[in-house]
Amino acid sequence: MATETGIGASVKRKEDARFITGAGRYTDDVGQHGQTYAVFARSPYARARLNSLDTAPALATEGVVAVFTGADLQAGGVGDLPCGWMVKSKDGSDMIQPPHPPLAVANVNYVGEPYAIVIGETLDAARNGAEALDADFEELTAVVDLASAAEADQIHETAPNNQAYDWELGDKAATDAAFAEAHHVTSIDIVNNRLIPNAIEPRAALGEYNEASGDYTLHTTSQNPHLERLVLAAFVNIAPEARLRVISPDVGGGFGSKIFVYAEETAVIWAAGQIRRPVKWRAERSESFLADAHGRDHVTRAELALADDGRFLGLRVKTKANMGAYLSTFASSVPTYLYGTLLAGQYKTPAIYVEVQSLFTNTAPVDAYRGAGRPEATYVVERIVETAAREMGIDPAELRRRNFIEPGDFPYDTPVALTYDTGDYEASLSRALEHADYAGFEARKAASEQAGRKRGIGFSCYIEACGLAPSQVAISLGAGVGLFEVGEVRVDVTGSVTVVTGSHSHGQSHETTFAQIISDKLGVPFENVTVLHGDTGRSDYALGTYGSRSLAVGGSAIIKATDKIIAKGKRIAAHMLEADEDAVEFEDGSFNVADSNQSLTFAEVAFSAYVPQNYPLEDLEPGLSEKAFYDPPNFTYPAGAHICEVEIDPDTGVVNIERFVAVDDFGHVINPMIVEGQVHGGLAQGIGQALLEHGVYDESGQLISGSYMDYTMPRADDLPSFTVDTTVTPCTHNPLGVKGCGEAGAIGSTAAVMNAVTDALGVKDVPMPATPETVWRAMRNGGN
Amino acid sequence: MEIKVTVNGTAHSLDVPDNTLLVDVLRERLGLTGTHVGCDTSQCGACVVHMDGSAVKSCTVLAGQADGAEVTTIEGIGRPDDLHPMQAAFRENHALQCGFCTPGMIMSAIDMVQKSDGALDEQAVRDGLEGNLCRCTGYHNIVKAVLSAQDSM
Repeated sequence: MATETGIGASVKRKEDARFITGAGRYTDDVGQHGQTYAVFARSPYARARLNSLDTAPALATEGVVAVFTGADLQAGGVGDLPCGWMVKSKDGSDMIQPPHPPLAVANVNYVGEPYAIVIGETLDAARNGAEALDADFEELTAVVDLASAAEADQIHETAPNNQAYDWELGDKAATDAAFAEAHHVTSIDIVNNRLIPNAIEPRAALGEYNEASGDYTLHTTSQNPHLERLVLAAFVNIAPEARLRVISPDVGGGFGSKIFVYAEETAVIWAAGQIRRPVKWRAERSESFLADAHGRDHVTRAELALADDGRFLGLRVKTKANMGAYLSTFASSVPTYLYGTLLAGQYKTPAIYVEVQSLFTNTAPVDAYRGAGRPEATYVVERIVETAAREMGIDPAELRRRNFIEPGDFPYDTPVALTYDTGDYEASLSRALEHADYAGFEARKAASEQAGRKRGIGFSCYIEACGLAPSQVAISLGAGVGLFEVGEVRVDVTGSVTVVTGSHSHGQSHETTFAQIISDKLGVPFENVTVLHGDTGRSDYALGTYGSRSLAVGGSAIIKATDKIIAKGKRIAAHMLEADEDAVEFEDGSFNVADSNQSLTFAEVAFSAYVPQNYPLEDLEPGLSEKAFYDPPNFTYPAGAHICEVEIDPDTGVVNIERFVAVDDFGHVINPMIVEGQVHGGLAQGIGQALLEHGVYDESGQLISGSYMDYTMPRADDLPSFTVDTTVTPCTHNPLGVKGCGEAGAIGSTAAVMNAVTDALGVKDVPMPATPETVWRAMRNGGN
Repeated sequence: MEIKVTVNGTAHSLDVPDNTLLVDVLRERLGLTGTHVGCDTSQCGACVVHMDGSAVKSCTVLAGQADGAEVTTIEGIGRPDDLHPMQAAFRENHALQCGFCTPGMIMSAIDMVQKSDGALDEQAVRDGLEGNLCRCTGYHNIVKAVLSAQDSM
């Protein structure tokens, strides 16, 4: 039903009324009578032995209620924080997962690692108590540099060479053979810089223990409250799942960093049970910098073998991935199954071989950050393709075209384990070239030169895999959880609808998009649909939001439940209209009997289901509420073409983005306004990585980009307005034909920017971020 | 110390520790949780409110400095059925996603437009929002919203 609020309409968001009036309710806005305040004592050293920890001075501080150390948690039966994906090394051995106690016990392994929780009547009292703790550290030599980490001091007893695993994917022999017959080989050595996610809402937690019932309630800033509950119940041993409710209310951005189960909420909920009072914690921004899981941080050598006509023959990639000090919740999967599998990109490269060595360092744990592995893969593929085009003297758009997987090739099995279902890469590239006025580039470049400036253009034709799936395959590859989603459609007595989704919205606009789907499918007015999420007390076990999965997986579950509603509604209507069930059709919110003028509204059928007078109670349960679990049969494969044009001032090294074009194929689009917004945000993060952002540790392991004074967040005056457009090839295997749009901007854009910068400068590589200083030096050194 | 402060038109007399920040008075004492705290270096702008008609970062104002002042927060500029033009423009232009930076962003934007001569262009808006961080929108739609509100304010 095409309406102003149905599928395809840019409906204004339901969420906005509360957010623009200050009525949002984030974790830090929730308070309880008698609550206490928690502060974490954090390691000032990157690597040290904790020889002794005297809590007495803290306990003697006015207003301090309690202090718990890592040893206290261990003695209380609190388990270690687990990593949820078992990756195996080349030799078949399991990855090394060093113990990760929520609060450090005998050793600290990164600056900011918490070793005690101090709880006070006020925040100031807790702070004073944390200051008073007497900790005796013996500083050890920190392992900071990723490239040399395997040869450095061993951080964990169980991890020789600081290696978590040494993983491979692809056919090595076939790839080597491809290189043996290559006409040309392009090689690049690139670094994917460490990023710090920086959702503007800092992480927070409010833990409560109900003495009467013995139940726990945790409000926290989580993208997936059920996962939080599962880990706290099954691994950390707080309480059985049924006794622990996790609520993620409004959450102020996540970008992956709020997927994970962290030390802080673990200690908070446990401590609430110990002191029998609510415990509240909110991260200071400096704590977010130190102790949120970071992103990216790869060192890679890649080689591309080409035939004389530019056809790709083989791709060989060797990557070192930084895990930081411990394996965070999904850390192991990011540089493997979300990275190596994407190295075919949009191309028919017949042979690919990738090796990934994941290493521990004395830095914050590294895990999924918007795109998670796929930006790193895109950066490798699109930087090397652009470099090869330059080396072979082939137009970079043309070289890509010669190698594209074509529309007739789908379904397409890549040499790195994925089966792409559909796509039209030429369509998105062509559209992007038009928007970018590629034909006019040389004239603009000449004009820039006249003005003493350097102009460059860069491409990135990315692919990503969203809606991680299917469960059975992922579990066989080491995933510790299923990958389905749950959706429940509860039709109310008067025909309004409440949807309960396992997906969590922290900016994605599910309350609007999912209501549009329901309104469209059931013909219920948009304003009469309410979407609930973010509470283990409301929905069945769910997997939450990550990997651009909410619509493709969570939305599909809602569609499945909606189909059940319609099927049951037809049976009710058939009874009420005394018609044959097969003759009842549902269209535009009405149940109609074919070839007759008999009809019932959706609301009439709903009412009958709950006030079952004229109702087949002997055959059919009353009520109209259905639930469905949807397990996707495959990933979805959003893809697109990003083109960036930059102008560089050679005197200052300042890079100005003159235009940025993103043409993406997300399959069908439910709300174009929301999708464009998702792309804008992703682009800002991808451009931020290329030009501004860098998580930097000094050689002793101190984070020297640990505040907004030092870590350059993209600001309004750093970015251009974007040109955003879409092409559509519907996903072939989910009911809405949708693919996911949350990460594409961050996946595609970084390589486009750096291809433009290197094009402008005429150098092979410039390290990210391409700050004015870096660019200025590259101009003088000829890059590297 | 005792302070008298008028917030969203209501006069309050409050006894607060000397080191109390205005943002904590608003959030913790008055329950006005629309004003957010996103950083500890006065960089993010999530806490922007108006004090005596000018935008201030309330994380960097001591409660004592607000003694005798008129403070307006996001809760004081419009209601869902009677939105301030800037609030309406943010909604109309999808200038918010997670909503966390939004109150500060709106308060800064109102101040910017009020202090301009009505001729803000895109670059001026981008420069004017330099003190407010948003991680969701890439600012594209925020800039559009401010430019459109300029015409309706």
